[in-house]
Amino acid sequence: MEIRPILSALMRSKVSMILIGLQVALTLAIVCNALFIISERLERMHRPSGMNETDTFWFVSTGFGQGFDVRGTMQADLALLRSLPGVADATTVISVPMSEGGWSTGISLQPNQNNSTAETAMYMVDAHGVSTYGAKLVAGRDFRAEEVTFNTMDDPPKAATVIVTRALAERLFPDGDALGKQVYYNNEGPTSTIVGIVERLQTPWTSADFVDNSTFVPAYLPYATSSRYLVRAEPGRRDEVMGAVEEKLLAANPSRIIGKMKTIAQVRAEGYAGDRAMAIILGAVIFALLAITALGIVGMASFWVAQRTRQIGTRRALGATRGDILRYFQTENFIITTLGLVAGGILTYGLSLWLMRSYQVPRLPWHYVPVGFLCLWALGQLAVLGPALRASRVPPAVATRTV
Amino acid sequence: MFSYYLQLGLRSLRRNPILTALMVAGIALGIAASMTTLTVMHLMGADPIPWKSDKLHYVQLDSWSADTPYRDDGRPPDQVTYRDATALMAAARADRQVAMFKVVQPVQPENPQVKPFQSLGRATFADFFPMFEPPFRYGHGWSKAEDDAHSRVVVLGPDMNEKLFGGADSTGRTVRLNGNDYTVVGVLDAWKLRARYYDLTNGAFADREEFFMPFTTAIDLKQRSVGNNSCWKAPGTGWDAYLDSECVWIQMWVELDSPARLADYRTFLDNYVSEQKKLGRFQRPPNNRLPDVNEWMADQRVVSRDVQVQTGLGFAFLIVCLVNTIGLLLAKFSRKAGEIGLRRALGASRRDVFQQYLVESGVIGLSGGVLGLALTGLGLLAVRALYADYKAVAALDWTMVLATVVLAVASAIIAGLYPTWRACRVQPAAQLKI
Repeated sequence: MEIRPILSALMRSKVSMILIGLQVALTLAIVCNALFIISERLERMHRPSGMNETDTFWFVSTGFGQGFDVRGTMQADLALLRSLPGVADATTVISVPMSEGGWSTGISLQPNQNNSTAETAMYMVDAHGVSTYGAKLVAGRDFRAEEVTFNTMDDPPKAATVIVTRALAERLFPDGDALGKQVYYNNEGPTSTIVGIVERLQTPWTSADFVDNSTFVPAYLPYATSSRYLVRAEPGRRDEVMGAVEEKLLAANPSRIIGKMKTIAQVRAEGYAGDRAMAIILGAVIFALLAITALGIVGMASFWVAQRTRQIGTRRALGATRGDILRYFQTENFIITTLGLVAGGILTYGLSLWLMRSYQVPRLPWHYVPVGFLCLWALGQLAVLGPALRASRVPPAVATRTV
Repeated sequence: MFSYYLQLGLRSLRRNPILTALMVAGIALGIAASMTTLTVMHLMGADPIPWKSDKLHYVQLDSWSADTPYRDDGRPPDQVTYRDATALMAAARADRQVAMFKVVQPVQPENPQVKPFQSLGRATFADFFPMFEPPFRYGHGWSKAEDDAHSRVVVLGPDMNEKLFGGADSTGRTVRLNGNDYTVVGVLDAWKLRARYYDLTNGAFADREEFFMPFTTAIDLKQRSVGNNSCWKAPGTGWDAYLDSECVWIQMWVELDSPARLADYRTFLDNYVSEQKKLGRFQRPPNNRLPDVNEWMADQRVVSRDVQVQTGLGFAFLIVCLVNTIGLLLAKFSRKAGEIGLRRALGASRRDVFQQYLVESGVIGLSGGVLGLALTGLGLLAVRALYADYKAVAALDWTMVLATVVLAVASAIIAGLYPTWRACRVQPAAQLKI
């Protein structure tokens, strides 16, 4: 394949070449970085929360007036919930993973330590907590009913015994001997003994840098007259149970409001709505960008074919085969695309640097650019195929016509 | 001449419908992507109270632990303690001042037809209403005397008034919140506020308050904040210990009507912190801040990083679309070299040719703009569907509509300038020989 005539023809339409090259360069830079942001978000969205998300839902009950007996209500409600057909288990909670609201605190290994050793989310539950969340106990034991204390916001739980996630246990005791050890929540507070370790339970905050550090505390902790419940239904019966709960609880104790029931699946959807939106928006931009670039190449190539109809005819008359003509346009496209891609590679890293500095996006992994090269080469070749085939069908007789 | 060029332009565009459609669609897509993202960013970060945003200042005091800063970058806590809020309210050294926090109360309607419901509210001071200027439909806010008397008064939002009183003037009537009766003193009109700038800690785009009650009354009733509460030291046992603790959970704003008043208030805060240091509090280096509304919104990233990245990519996409359009126009105009040569030979000046083709580019821009505007509308609908909280910021307003059309026409003309310039440099003689 002769490259020289292609190059000399290209030099005659420098501007068009630069325009296509620029478009390819910008496309590569945007597509690589946007794809990387999307993959980051998808990875975040697919992290396991560590709890059963398919059979669970949660809701809040709020009693009227300061005199409301929240303690009695909680115990009665839990007994009622557990007795309902289709309910596998129920517990009192203050928060659930991905709900973006909850309680966190620092843990120290020594009393009066200046800086805490780790941050953790606090999940106050009764003895049914681990089972209702569906967390997997990997070491130690579950809470005993007699360990569960009744507390209020004015008299927070002492957390004499706690169950922690494996990530937190390893952070506190890297030697892997966390079970039975004593730690201090709240700095000067009383000691807490780790009695159990669960495999995983995320914090309520999906963006927390301590997202895998969680602690179960055996305590009833209402917020004024409000109590929250997490219910795990038997597999496949969640919606049926969810529909029946409000009426049953109100019948048992009408001087309160039962808030909206929310499935944990819904909590997940809301918790990651921003990431999902970002991924969809960037995906749409990528799609539109590739379409525009491909159409631009088609438009430009068609124009060149039309402009050179006579020359093509002349070449054909002088013995060039259809394949020669086809290869001519494809090589031409390959050269332009390659020039654009080289510039685009530099632009891609520039954009990545800027995103890192201004928007805390991590560094772009190196393999995005070579993969981007292959994709845009393919896109260019496909886009030019139509016009190039048309060019190859120009009959040699065209050379003899004047207009 | 303009209408003649317009006719020529339209005819030329119709001759090549696919190429024209490609150019118009390119401009429209670029415009839609950039304007959708720009609208969201613009409305999110827009000054919510332009006539006095430089006079309203958020109060930040660094009461945090001596061992660790509140934020890694050294920024002080975004809320204040109860002790500091009440001390600053009592000193009353600003032109107006307000401390506040987020509450939730069960509402028990008198009308048995209406089911009891939970309602989001705000415990605040009398100055809240003249400072942030919510519009009243009926009545007015409460007075300082009612703050001091810990009165059981309430200002209702329009939705709650609709639900409880069918939208009638309910001033003087009673509302029962969590077992206590409050007298309605005012009812707000729809408050067209995009970002709830006065409490950014608890979400700029989260649900709005449906009632306002005196801070002093809420404290009397031991009403805890349902918003963010951060402590570096355990608060101890009991309500009084909590009020006396180093936990931050209150937002505090002051109105200072002149730079001199602002300087005075800074001095006052510095003196206050020095006094507190003598009592063993405020162990960190002095770090008081008084950002105004816009500074505070920037500090709290009301316009999220995601929205900024989306806008940046939206405009990068517009550039690609423009480059694309330049290329296509170039192709199109250079095919007409013969036609141009003919016109030039018949006496048209370069200027005439230039004008003619510029009008043609303008027509493409205008069509792209109109289509782009429609697509922007769709884009905003999509944003609203994707982000539940962005209802108020994903909406077209007149400035943005105008900006869209101007941007589209300007882009197309800019894209058309080089091809047009090339077109009018055609030598008549070179084209007429065949």
